[in-house]
Amino acid sequence: MEAQALFDMLKGKFGDAVVELQEEGFTPAFVVVAPASVKEISRFLRDDPALSFDSLMCLSGVDYKEKFAVAYHLHSMEHRHAIGVKAFLPRETPSLPTVDDVWPAANFHEREAFDLFGIVFEGSKDLRRILLPEDWEGHPLRKDYKYPDFYRGIKV
Amino acid sequence: MVGNADLFVNWSRKSSLWYLLFATACCGIELMQAGASRYDMDRFGAVFRATPRQADLMLVAGTITHKMASRVKRLYDQMPEPKYVISMGSCANTGGPFYKDSYCVVKGVDLIIPVDVYIPGCPPRPEALIDGIMKLQKIIMQKKNFGAKA
Repeated sequence: MEAQALFDMLKGKFGDAVVELQEEGFTPAFVVVAPASVKEISRFLRDDPALSFDSLMCLSGVDYKEKFAVAYHLHSMEHRHAIGVKAFLPRETPSLPTVDDVWPAANFHEREAFDLFGIVFEGSKDLRRILLPEDWEGHPLRKDYKYPDFYRGIKV
Repeated sequence: MVGNADLFVNWSRKSSLWYLLFATACCGIELMQAGASRYDMDRFGAVFRATPRQADLMLVAGTITHKMASRVKRLYDQMPEPKYVISMGSCANTGGPFYKDSYCVVKGVDLIIPVDVYIPGCPPRPEALIDGIMKLQKIIMQKKNFGAKA
């Protein structure tokens, strides 16, 4: 399905929760959605027979300095088409609903985004740090991250 | 007499350098290669042991992250005396390619445990690793075990 047709379909179903379509410079195109309705839209994208995005290829956090974003790359084995979904989050309270009950593979990706960006996925079944030690302070891929001088007595 | 006893003890120690089967990054591939039949570290008496309690030598083969540092220290503490450490490759020596701008890599394993021999390279070839083991054997042969302690 073409990105524009998919966007129109989502817009017709979810209204204001679907914000815009970013086609310029992106392959596949990105549909920007409101963070609060990520879970309903994800479930629709997976379950609708004309779409059936059964594979979450990647879930990544992005730091745009003034705001955060979470980007989902989806692919359909059945229809061989792909789409990106993006949700922008405010810098002060970066949180949005988890999608790990839609695609179980999302859990490790969400833990990584939580570990390195501090983005909170509400309702996640297991949201712990995945790469860094559990007593690490801060989220290193944030643009305003300051390196600690020492970690457990070892110079960083 | 004491000199001969030193010679005997040192000779037996250097001829049975059992190393810990422990690798954290791509240097481990070269370590496996050096231990396998083509380069055959067995001919120097160096064979791998799967537990630190039977090992004399720790070959730190690869990048050590801050999360891994406590494990490296614990493995080193579990090894019986006398014990030796070879730091293999740029990452274990200084942090290597991660030296600048890395929050998670320890800048040299000598910040955690004492090191006897450093082998440069990214990663070092098996010949370089064997050279490092022979350097360690030379160090062991110079040890004084029975003389008066300074």
